[in-house]
Amino acid sequence: MATSQTGVKKFRVLPGFKLTLGFTLFYLGLIVLIPLAATFSKTASLTWAHFWQVVASPAALAAYRLSFGVSLLAALVNAVFGLIVAWVLVRYQFWGKRLMDALVDLPFALPTAVAGITLAALYSEHGWIGRWFGSTDAAGQFHGIKISYTWLGIFVALTFIGLPFIVRTLQPVLEDLDVDVEEAAATLGANRFKTFFRVILPMIFPALLTGFALAFARALGEYGSVVFISSNIPLKSQIVPVLIMTKLEQFDYAGATALAVVMLVISFLLLLAINVLQWWSTRHRERI
Amino acid sequence: MGPASAFHAFRRLGRLRPTGEPVWVRWILIAVALAFLALFLVVPLVLVFVEAFSKGIGLYFHTLADPLTLSAIKLTLIAAGISVPLNCIFGVAAAWAIAKFDFPGKNILTTLIDLPFAVSPVIGGMIYVLVFGAQGWFGPWLIGHNIRIIFAVPGIVLATTFVTFPFVARELIPLMQSQGRSEEEAARTLGARGWQTFWRVTLPNIKWGLLYGVILCNARAMGEFGAVSVVSGHIRGVTDTMPLHIQALYDDYNSAGAFAVASVLTFLALVTIALKAWVERKGAALAETREKISA
Repeated sequence: MATSQTGVKKFRVLPGFKLTLGFTLFYLGLIVLIPLAATFSKTASLTWAHFWQVVASPAALAAYRLSFGVSLLAALVNAVFGLIVAWVLVRYQFWGKRLMDALVDLPFALPTAVAGITLAALYSEHGWIGRWFGSTDAAGQFHGIKISYTWLGIFVALTFIGLPFIVRTLQPVLEDLDVDVEEAAATLGANRFKTFFRVILPMIFPALLTGFALAFARALGEYGSVVFISSNIPLKSQIVPVLIMTKLEQFDYAGATALAVVMLVISFLLLLAINVLQWWSTRHRERI
Repeated sequence: MGPASAFHAFRRLGRLRPTGEPVWVRWILIAVALAFLALFLVVPLVLVFVEAFSKGIGLYFHTLADPLTLSAIKLTLIAAGISVPLNCIFGVAAAWAIAKFDFPGKNILTTLIDLPFAVSPVIGGMIYVLVFGAQGWFGPWLIGHNIRIIFAVPGIVLATTFVTFPFVARELIPLMQSQGRSEEEAARTLGARGWQTFWRVTLPNIKWGLLYGVILCNARAMGEFGAVSVVSGHIRGVTDTMPLHIQALYDDYNSAGAFAVASVLTFLALVTIALKAWVERKGAALAETREKISA
């Protein structure tokens, strides 16, 4: 096909380029880009002082700290257990493997509100799991570690929703892994432990990092499951999306938009990082 | 098949394993993985159904037959029924343009399509309030013409469309890119018309990928909570979808009722992952056949 750089008009065998690209751009603009632009234009109507007052308020700072801290912790826990789950699903044979493999997608398919009420019930003081973390005395007072309605509950919810990202990013990479390299390491005298940490882990690291970033990004924006399992107390247990929602419910659109812009910028940066990571991951695999 | 590849095939079957973990390590790893999955996936699943029937089967069906529940189910079906086909058409169009043609800015376009996944659902709902709400860009005009979008059904459809926007496109773009354009070009050279080429050549090749995207898109459309919550206004029986109805019941301390509605959505999620696993196998089989033919 002739290139447009030479000035020759392209001759396309396949039809529909203008129609499909035109519709794609129109629909993307209508549903995504124009409404997102509205957010930024709304922020532009705020004075710098007002914007700063909202995004650096004590409630906002506490919410960032909680959102970032717990999302990071949940993504880390998922990185460790997700790696084990992916490894086991790819390398070993055991009874119920196909069922478990399919179930990994449950957090993708289960509505977040359902996840929220379910986890809140499970980890409450009388819940199936929550009751094992303390005891209730004769007066009905609970002593021990409370999970639901504390930051630990938020951690549980964010771990749940982030679970499939690491497993699903790692699985294809582990399947493609060339066993020759492991054999070479074994032949050269490395034990299995050393082979894993010095040979396998470096090979799958970009994919692990991509999955981690995806889980982290998803956790930062999560609302549905957290709102049920957290007590949502300002300055204490309010994550950023809940804080934005509170402002919207009070019709404080300026405040909500200011916080949203901060979150949007962070999301865009994460999206960019994920794209770079994915590119690195494929190149890394091709090189090996 | 040469001796080297035969060796590889044998090793894949696990009969020759120069590299492998000791049995006790395997058992520990399998146990840890299963315990993690059981704790986070199986136990919550069981709890949904136990809680749903905790006040008896009578209350369960009473809740499901309640007019408010039925109207929530209807609204959920409307929202998914509009947003899924729209995003499906968009996905096919975007994948056709991106996979079959070369143009500048392709990577940026692909990244922009993914944007709704990176944005918090709450923000996804909020952006429509800023455009169509009373204080938004078109707010005064809409009020003047007595058109309601926010706190009404159109807003719910829009918010649902936003959060499910990339599902079909992101499934089809890599698939169609990997398939190239030679088959379509051959069809055209042999005299097929444009639409004929699409229906007879492209669609059979992408049908499993398309179905996969539609299944995921539908699951998210029916389950979306955050974005819809912002634009709904929570008018019971009018703007409550199933997930919002769950919240309303839960906030009324009607836990069994909330779990009854939740059990319907959970059942839907289980059907979704079963379908997904089935479609994945079909798609992999199709890809294998294509590889064999081209080889």
